Amino acid sequence: MESNFYEEDKLLVFTITDEIDDHSVQMIRRKADYEIERYMPKRIIFDFDRVTFMDSAGIGFIIGRYKFAKMLGAKLELSNLTQGVRKIFEMSGILRLIPVAEIY
Amino acid sequence: MKEILKNEMKLEFISKSSNEAFARIAVAAFASQLDPTIEELADIKTAVSEAVTNCIIHGYDHKHGIVKISAKLKENEIIIEISDKGKGIENIDEAKEPLYTTKPNLERSGMGFTIMESFMDKMEVESILGLGTKVTMSKIIKPKEEEEQEEFQMLIKD
Repeated sequence: MESNFYEEDKLLVFTITDEIDDHSVQMIRRKADYEIERYMPKRIIFDFDRVTFMDSAGIGFIIGRYKFAKMLGAKLELSNLTQGVRKIFEMSGILRLIPVAEIY
Repeated sequence: MKEILKNEMKLEFISKSSNEAFARIAVAAFASQLDPTIEELADIKTAVSEAVTNCIIHGYDHKHGIVKISAKLKENEIIIEISDKGKGIENIDEAKEPLYTTKPNLERSGMGFTIMESFMDKMEVESILGLGTKVTMSKIIKPKEEEEQEEFQMLIKD
């Protein structure tokens, strides 16, 4: 997973480059929380453009980051959902809670 | 007439979470003999990933154990059995409820069985407390030739 922080907008963008399952999500979660605490952004985007696989571990991960962001007063958004990723998120209903930013 | 495809495979591995990717990729490679679409293959991978994750984190609770997978190809269908000899499920109906999880503090979504049920055509769970759990699921893979034929028939119809 890569991350970029844009100081002027207090925007932190994560580009997930791994398959997301119960195993890989542990490392992704550690890195995400570390970077969020380090930069204290106002806006956080998770970009899924390069995610080739995701199972329900991705739902738990995003709900967890949503709560964490809310606690710190930041807004969470998702971006570039691939067909497979969207299918999983739609089943969970979290897209009603978390906006999808197509352009950032 | 195309020859009816019949094939079978078995797989055993220890309950390490790094094997989740191995398991779904192995089953997907086997299923590819039925010539599934990319979407059908993704559905199978996701369902296998969910079932194997359940064995590792619920069945064995991260302790050492063996996860078994067997898969059969029958004509246009793949049948997959995934089992563990772990602690078993007390109430299967409750476990299958969307969003039900025994581990909410670990960011589990409780969507595993719901995803298996909706991504596959059939799913059954058998479980005995203290002895283990077996998930059997199947998916029909429509032969592509037939689909093309249908499209062709549509085209030539008046």
